[in-house]
Amino acid sequence: MPSVWIPPLMRSLSGGRENLVVPGTTIREVLNNLEEECPGIRARLFDGDRVRPGIAIAVDGIIKTKKLGSEVAPNSEIHFVPAISGGDPG
Amino acid sequence: MASDGQFKVIGSRPLRPDGVDKVTGRAVYGNDTQMSGMLYGVVLRSPHGHARIRSIDTSRAKALPGVRAVVTGADLPQLGDVIEELGEGGSANMRYASNNVLAGDKALYDGHAVAAVAAVDLGTAEDAATLIEVDYEVLPAVRTVQEAMADGAPILHPELRTDGLGEQATSETNVAAHFRHQLGDIEQGFAEADVVIEREFDTATVHQGYIEPHASTAQWNADGMLTVWTSTQGAFAARGQLASILDKPVAEITVVPTEIGGGFGGKIPVYVEPVAAILSHEAGNKPVKVCMSRTDVIKATGPTSGSHIKVKMGATKDGRITAAEVSMAYEAGGYPGSPVPSGSLVILAPYKIPHVTLDGYDVLVNKPKASPYRAPGGTNAAFASETVVDELARAVDMCPLEFRLLNAVEEGDRQVNGLPHGRVGLKETLETAIDHPHFATPLEGANQGRGVAAGYWMNWGGKSSASAHVNGDGSVNLMEGSTDIGGTRASIAMQLAETLEIPYEQINTRVADTGAVGYTDLTGGSRTTAVTGMAVHELGVVLKEEMTRRAADLMEVDVSEVSYRDGVFSHNGTSMPFNEVAQKADAAGEPIVGTASVAPPEWGAAFGVHIVDIEVDPDTGKVDILRYTALQNVGKAIHPSYVEGQIQGGVAQGIGWALNEEYIYSEDGQLLNASLLDYRMPTALDLPMIETVLVEVPWPDHPYGVRGCGETPIVPPAGALAAALHDALGIRPTELPMSPGKVLELQNGAA
Repeated sequence: MPSVWIPPLMRSLSGGRENLVVPGTTIREVLNNLEEECPGIRARLFDGDRVRPGIAIAVDGIIKTKKLGSEVAPNSEIHFVPAISGGDPG
Repeated sequence: MASDGQFKVIGSRPLRPDGVDKVTGRAVYGNDTQMSGMLYGVVLRSPHGHARIRSIDTSRAKALPGVRAVVTGADLPQLGDVIEELGEGGSANMRYASNNVLAGDKALYDGHAVAAVAAVDLGTAEDAATLIEVDYEVLPAVRTVQEAMADGAPILHPELRTDGLGEQATSETNVAAHFRHQLGDIEQGFAEADVVIEREFDTATVHQGYIEPHASTAQWNADGMLTVWTSTQGAFAARGQLASILDKPVAEITVVPTEIGGGFGGKIPVYVEPVAAILSHEAGNKPVKVCMSRTDVIKATGPTSGSHIKVKMGATKDGRITAAEVSMAYEAGGYPGSPVPSGSLVILAPYKIPHVTLDGYDVLVNKPKASPYRAPGGTNAAFASETVVDELARAVDMCPLEFRLLNAVEEGDRQVNGLPHGRVGLKETLETAIDHPHFATPLEGANQGRGVAAGYWMNWGGKSSASAHVNGDGSVNLMEGSTDIGGTRASIAMQLAETLEIPYEQINTRVADTGAVGYTDLTGGSRTTAVTGMAVHELGVVLKEEMTRRAADLMEVDVSEVSYRDGVFSHNGTSMPFNEVAQKADAAGEPIVGTASVAPPEWGAAFGVHIVDIEVDPDTGKVDILRYTALQNVGKAIHPSYVEGQIQGGVAQGIGWALNEEYIYSEDGQLLNASLLDYRMPTALDLPMIETVLVEVPWPDHPYGVRGCGETPIVPPAGALAAALHDALGIRPTELPMSPGKVLELQNGAA
């Protein structure tokens, strides 16, 4: 099952755990199942159906914030990281 | 021109297609736009660093003969908190973006635009601007992150709460965001260390310093269609921001990029574009041009963040870095959005460190909204970390380059955010530096010193499109959407020529407007030669397939029986050159056109290593640079001269940032040095010839191995110069700029 890495500022929701193994074959499935393990984490990651500004979701090192339907492999790593911004225009 | 054998075109050094127009003065820049009936716009700016705007009376200005429109922030659509995703992973609250273009109820920095006038000539517009009466309630200003984060600090945005990766704090603050990266166990890491160095650093606000001021002309037609001619790094990015700020569909907006006289990130945001547009609308659909003065540019655009950075690092006595604890607080300016996220990925990037804790803070201050600047947030970050790394190397009695080589990251090592590095090429670059004659040449004079530093930039992928038409004479018209700042028309055309196996001179390249080419992300993140290059490679493959099909028709054989090599189609001893196929196909059938677009999921990062020799005048503290060598992993250099130029330019800007450049504010937040007489940028007289060494470790996922190269070279200079100052005088600067006065203070033990 995919491994989800929890950012330090969200570990209060994961009981302090740095990463969790969560079932799912797509990013969306994994995130839905993660909410069962870590209640409240979905609200931290999403504003409605949209990933919050400033947060990026990476699967195996590749940013997939806009592709939540993408498949994940059983040995995939999913990270939530601060979006890599070079400074916002506005 | 010669190439390196593997390629016919790539690696050669042809002339750039825009060169003659630029050296003869015919190139059309933003301020060169002229139209019949055009009006001239002038922006009125706040003289206060922080003030509430009680009211604005424009009646006297409107009554002046020749004035056609006067606008304030109230004339822009009043936006809610609309989050717009922008280039390079960033996003912006468009309410803030709109208020930055024309202030809302507050002026948040000296130079903040509060109103604008359009008139029949510039003098009338300037006179009218002086007749606008703004009633300000002046408020105390905050100028540094320390002031802004202090208890009881004046608050810029009372509604703002710190965002902690989706969690909102509950109290008023100037800290817009806080994030943390963590690897391993920091306490264990320091327990394993034999040597621990802990330092704090302060760096000044600096500007990108492009030659050409911002200039835009807008024509808002009566039918609602808006065209904007502007000096921008990204026509589509400008279009997107205009659409958001003006609350207007992108279908009604065309952005035409003019030639651009530098941007370095500062021409990603829009400033005068929406002002020119709304003035055109209010002036009865007349075209309006707004051009900034140099003082406007320094006061109201650009700067990159001043910062306060704490770095604590530990190493074993045999030179292994065991732990790093970092705190980075970056100035965002008047609205949220500093480059602290990207700076956080630079600061420890060259090193394999098992135990890390890094906190980043995005902090509001009464300065212009920070905008990207070449490797945003990287130079000040690396100044801090590379200074500590230099101290660690000396503490364990190791050569500073060997120390870095021992700790250098490799493919698969985790970055501070947990993501693995790709194929990086740092070790190859460090080994080249160690073997370079510069590093072995002894220093010979008094007060001389040598410093080294490493630097990194992650680069950016984004999206690019291109289209082309094969003309009847075999030439190819290429349309691409990447603004050409550093010679990319040439580097893009070279990749298409290489793919088509025809001479570079047969490609005619145009940078198209937003109505004439597919969506293309801005020129930034060192992405254009790499990613638009990928698009034209795909485009070349498409065109080659079509040309092969046409050749087969002309030869009256099946397409599978036709081969293509070195610009010649062949079948069983019959051959037909590319140009002949183009000519006959043009006469016989439909035009040969192609399009391609790409959005690569991965792209190549770049590491650099710099060596600098200096001599310090002991009486004045002035630093003279005797020799500078910049080595960088550039992947494959498409046009080596332009890659070398990018590296030299980055080094020059890094030296300016390191030694002289700084915004100087009064206590009440007024900028005291808003001219290039008082804001000290380096000139040709300050710099030696900067030697470059291109280390070509290709990026495996690019058809030609290209990595972005333009940003990495600005990252190491401050760290290298600080190390050289230590080598020369035994001092350890912890502030940027390391200007002569500060060097003298350190030398005299006064700081």
